[in-house]
Amino acid sequence: MKEISGAQILLEVLQEQGVEVIFGYPGGAVINFYDHLPDYTCRHFLVRHEQAAVHAADGYARATGKIGVALVTSGPGATNTVTGLATASMDSIPMVVFTGQVPTPLIGNDAFQEADIVGITRPCTKHNFLVKRVEDLERIVNEAFHIAGSGRPGPVLVDLPKDVIAGKCLKKVAEKTSLKGYSPNYAGHPGQIQRAIEVIFQAKRPVFYVGGGVILADAAENLTALARALQIPVTTTLMGLGAFPEDDSLSLGMLGMHGTYRANMAVTESDVLVAFGARFDDRVTGRVDTFAADAKIIHVDIDPTSISKNVDVDIPIVGDVADVLGKMVELLKTSEPGTKACAGGHNEWLAEIARWRELHKLSYQQYEIIKPQFVVEKISELTRGDNPIVSTEVGQNQMWAAQFFTFTQPRSWLTSGGLGTMGYGLPAAMGAQVAFPERLVIDIAGDGSIQMNSQELATVVQYNLPVKVIILNNGYLGMVRQWQELFFDKHYSFTTMNHAPDFVKLAEAYGALGLRATKPQEVESILKQAFAHPGPVVVDIVVAPEENVYPMVPAGEAISNMLLV
Amino acid sequence: MKHIISVLVENEFGVLSRIASLFSGRGFNIESLTVAETEDKTISSMTIVTHGDDHIIEQITKQLNKLINVIKVVELTESVQMAREMVLLKFAVNGGAKRLELLRLVEVYQGRVLELGVRSLIVELTGERAKIVAALEVLAPFAIKEISRTGMVALARDSIKS
Repeated sequence: MKEISGAQILLEVLQEQGVEVIFGYPGGAVINFYDHLPDYTCRHFLVRHEQAAVHAADGYARATGKIGVALVTSGPGATNTVTGLATASMDSIPMVVFTGQVPTPLIGNDAFQEADIVGITRPCTKHNFLVKRVEDLERIVNEAFHIAGSGRPGPVLVDLPKDVIAGKCLKKVAEKTSLKGYSPNYAGHPGQIQRAIEVIFQAKRPVFYVGGGVILADAAENLTALARALQIPVTTTLMGLGAFPEDDSLSLGMLGMHGTYRANMAVTESDVLVAFGARFDDRVTGRVDTFAADAKIIHVDIDPTSISKNVDVDIPIVGDVADVLGKMVELLKTSEPGTKACAGGHNEWLAEIARWRELHKLSYQQYEIIKPQFVVEKISELTRGDNPIVSTEVGQNQMWAAQFFTFTQPRSWLTSGGLGTMGYGLPAAMGAQVAFPERLVIDIAGDGSIQMNSQELATVVQYNLPVKVIILNNGYLGMVRQWQELFFDKHYSFTTMNHAPDFVKLAEAYGALGLRATKPQEVESILKQAFAHPGPVVVDIVVAPEENVYPMVPAGEAISNMLLV
Repeated sequence: MKHIISVLVENEFGVLSRIASLFSGRGFNIESLTVAETEDKTISSMTIVTHGDDHIIEQITKQLNKLINVIKVVELTESVQMAREMVLLKFAVNGGAKRLELLRLVEVYQGRVLELGVRSLIVELTGERAKIVAALEVLAPFAIKEISRTGMVALARDSIKS
């Protein structure tokens, strides 16, 4: 066997791990890696900013379920990954990010382009590594992939000093990982699952509260089967959109701060609340002591720290939500009378929910000015049947997309839920488009947040990734403006964005198609034109400037206390 | 309420920092933290003294367990642990009756005199928390120049382990 360099070992391990795509940006510390990269089958996409490389890997991971990979250089390259790592960490997205590092003898000397990236990213990664010897590289890279993709997934960073990737050693075939302290528990406790089913059978007003965990675990199918068999209404979190078809009559839509009236009322009035892969985030619960106050709470999660963290739980089930849902569906088969009685026992409850649905639907007033909700509704309507992937930026655009797009498929929704990262949508859409070149990928954006990573228009044009960026342009940092309007006497301090670029010209400058709509009657034809175009498009849609997202639960209030108009 | 948590970790660089940043990042208190190698050189043992209600202690142990380098976490309640702390004290004393009195008190607490100089005295005290607290209170009136404490180290008792 011949000795090969660290860079080659890394590339071979990536190949063994099945990595097909790397998003990256070269630099002095990783030049050896880039030297060997063209010899391997991995496709590399050159982004225009390292933050975008990480978001693109994240979007790729969310859309495919595979582990996303990004590689950047040391120092500023590494520090630019921090927001992307924190975004993925909060949303439990499996990802491995490689950063260059100065040569090991220089570490700690304030060398050129040195940053203690392992120290910086410790709190925003699932785990991270500094590889000190080329002999450790293969094992560590394998461990990084194992950690990123197993248990509750998350981003892992591997810091690669220049002398480690330039150094040579023998590649040991499939060296075993050695993680003494890491063995996530996948199997839910059968006794707890049995207890949970018994409680669900007894429920008069049950609700399923479904989070991103169901999507990460690819458990949407079993969840849907369980809900339908037992006739239990389902609400999803922002991260859970797509886990249950929203065109099903059992769908309550999203819950929480901008949740639907019926979802928030149903959770508040429920007697049994079953949380699947959700973590009782403050944007979901509002005031914690009023959240499902009369309900027995069953919580299924693979991460024991999520259980009883914010809300006390009556029946905790630690395990893979796919395993637990599978076992629950199996249990139903052996207890047909219970299943039937349960399914037939909620008629009053379902009727109450239907009343709530009619009482306050998600709505908006049509006007001569384009309403942003109308645009999202149109996007949803025009793409039904295409199974598009929708990404968002953060703020009002994100909430309107969540509310007015009808989600029916898992892994078709890319949004920064936990961290709320503006500038996420375009690079994430880019990552998803790389994975699915034939699918329609739409970034629903705001005029503020698109400017945080608009440089990636160059990337999508370079690789002809036909992403459709739909800007809901209201000339404001809309969500903050909304808070200022409602809670700060309309003091619009620094939320007016009246110096945005001409987005049509911006698109054209990058070589993309730029379109604009200013009247409601133009929206449909402009969107159709955008979706039919074979390349990347930016659509600037001038919308009502002071439109608000409703319902809205003021921060810290009970979720039944909604501002409705 | 005070709790002693014993943690076995992989003896790797950065582990102490991971534990410390977990406590600071999540707003948990550390009253003392000791760390040293075990009989197996690849594993270190930490003893962390912290305080908080049951909910917080549960979160602390779960969060510690979640760290990849953490092998085992045991919360040692008072009935099942043997816990000790060592204190080194340097006194400024010039001989005479004061010194004799100090030496007698040190003897009462089963302390050892490590260095007896013309103007100073270094004493070692080891014991459980209550004894250390009492000794420090009794010795406070003497001129303590410097003090160095190890923090608690603890082990679970085999005889009472369920």
